[in-house]
Amino acid sequence: MVNDSTRLLAVFPDPAPIDVARTLDLSGYSWKAVKSGEILNQLEPTNGWAGAVIDCSDDPEGGWAMCRALRRRDLPVNRIIVFVSGAQLADLEMRDDLFDDFCLAPFHPRELDSRLRHLFYTEMTVARESLIEYGGLVLNTETYQASFAGNPLDLTYMEYELLKFLAQNPGKVFSREILLSRVWGYEYYGGARTVDVHIRRLRAKLGEEHANLIETVRSVGYRFGQSKWLS
Amino acid sequence: MIEQQRDYVLRTVEERGIRLVRLWFTDVLGNLKSFAISPAEMENALNDGMIFDGSAIDGFSRVQESDVLALPDANTFEVLPWVDPKGAEARVFCDIAKLDGTPFDGDPRQVLRRNLNAAHQLGYQFYVAPDIEYFYFDPPSKDSRPVPLDEGGFFDLTSTDITSSLRKETIRTLETMSIPVEYSFHEDAPSQHEIDLRHTDALTMADSVMTFRLVVKEIAALHKVHATFMPKPLEGVQGSGMHLHLSLFKDEQNAFHDANEPYNLSPTARQFMAGLLRHAAEITAITNQTVNSYKRLVPGFEAPVHISWARNNRSGLIRVPIQKRNNEQATRIEYRSPDPACNPYLAFSVILAAGLRGIKEGYELPQEADANLFEMGDDMLAKLSIEQLPQSMSEALQMMERSELVAECLGDHIFEWFLRNKRAEWRGYKTHVSQYELNRYLRSL
Repeated sequence: MVNDSTRLLAVFPDPAPIDVARTLDLSGYSWKAVKSGEILNQLEPTNGWAGAVIDCSDDPEGGWAMCRALRRRDLPVNRIIVFVSGAQLADLEMRDDLFDDFCLAPFHPRELDSRLRHLFYTEMTVARESLIEYGGLVLNTETYQASFAGNPLDLTYMEYELLKFLAQNPGKVFSREILLSRVWGYEYYGGARTVDVHIRRLRAKLGEEHANLIETVRSVGYRFGQSKWLS
Repeated sequence: MIEQQRDYVLRTVEERGIRLVRLWFTDVLGNLKSFAISPAEMENALNDGMIFDGSAIDGFSRVQESDVLALPDANTFEVLPWVDPKGAEARVFCDIAKLDGTPFDGDPRQVLRRNLNAAHQLGYQFYVAPDIEYFYFDPPSKDSRPVPLDEGGFFDLTSTDITSSLRKETIRTLETMSIPVEYSFHEDAPSQHEIDLRHTDALTMADSVMTFRLVVKEIAALHKVHATFMPKPLEGVQGSGMHLHLSLFKDEQNAFHDANEPYNLSPTARQFMAGLLRHAAEITAITNQTVNSYKRLVPGFEAPVHISWARNNRSGLIRVPIQKRNNEQATRIEYRSPDPACNPYLAFSVILAAGLRGIKEGYELPQEADANLFEMGDDMLAKLSIEQLPQSMSEALQMMERSELVAECLGDHIFEWFLRNKRAEWRGYKTHVSQYELNRYLRSL
């Protein structure tokens, strides 16, 4: 698929620290500076943020709030690098879920570049994981085959891609527009209602007993499997 | 995306042990055509298409360019569930192209694509949901009358009879082939059934109607029963129609819906309806393409006869269904004349073209005709300037021939070929001396 490193990085604060901007530019990353969680959502590209570089050394409160805004959402942003000063190292404790790697401020440009590259690399290897399982559902992304309770499911390509996307993100609610841009990625005759059509087909193919695996969340979109926040 | 789609198809062929891939396409008259290729050829077919001689196919023939190219639409690849429970065969719909890769004029699927693209240019997406009626009979022998399998009536719960279990098995098969069913029930006439499909975009739906007709017939044949989509197989009872629920969407909003207008019908919806009504007579040869179709379009059997619309009057040509709970998505119109023997690609094309013409030209919608038109006298109808649909195939062909709208919509190749073919059919019918005439005239004259 698209090379992820060509996608957009979010940088906090706005304006971006001059040395961060220069390092990212020289290493060939595209990025945008964001001031607040609200701006973050406004500027988000349709294919999502590729990652984020968050400077917590000057404004720790704002920085960590930004990390939370990036993570506590239906589709969390991965590859978050935070900058902390030596005196702030203790802040990292209990916040392990909010970042993927960190640099000590002031940072060395080569260090930031290496850490980013490593994050993009590991992300790619993790993505190669070829079996997605949920309940009785198994999707093999190497062979494109799907089965439920051991029985093969005959899916069209788009049905398969949609089910894969949903099963990779169980418990999360997606709007039709998000599903259309993430799964289809191009304009189709049907528009967002194509998503409804495919959801209905998937439910029919999963069979009556398992049709509720894909839930309709009224006036929002769809959710696959149980929400993490319930029982 | 296309790369991955191909990869998906090829891997599935391999993993599921598919032995034959059937390349499906449709001739001008709406017959499903197919040729099979081996899995080894599939990669080639996906990349470059398969060359075949189209000259034997109705509406394709052109002596000087008989070779055409079948281009599989990888998105429509499906394992055929009834052939073998383990699924040894698959199908894929094809677009037909000339050898240089440009769309072939005789391919109905390309005609629909072209018309959908035109709608797309205006920002519209066209959705269709058909209610398809058909009959189950004992397998016909030559010259015998059709024999119904049950005497059930409208919505009868005849759970034990064979036709209901046939219908259930048919629905199960449809759902495994990505064709979700909305409702199904026993229709008014003996052995008549109706299956309503959930809406999809028009291209997907035309493919689905083709698949639907095959699935219904295949499942019936497995149980030694004959299923037929003939519009009027039995005299004196209701015929089989294919009512079409239509809507246009623009920017993900239902362009037919406006909560501030009567019946929630937006100006766009009213103009679309006006276009359909004004051009209804011209497109009837396409939506009702057999001699037999016109024996359904008669008073007294819930089939439309007059070119009119109403909110809830089943004698009208266009009905505006009452929506449940004011659901904006559900605002739609129902076009009631088509029958299930039509070519869905061409029928959807001419319906869309007629409706869009109404929008482009800003046609005025005539007054609603909410009385029962079957009970109205001719002078009353004339006063309301309500006209009739064509009364015969011959009349429908005359209307079509004069239509610049239909010619443009179908393209010259199909337009001319269709008229030629159907005129020949009409001549054959016209010279036939029927049992009706013998009974009525032989002794008395």
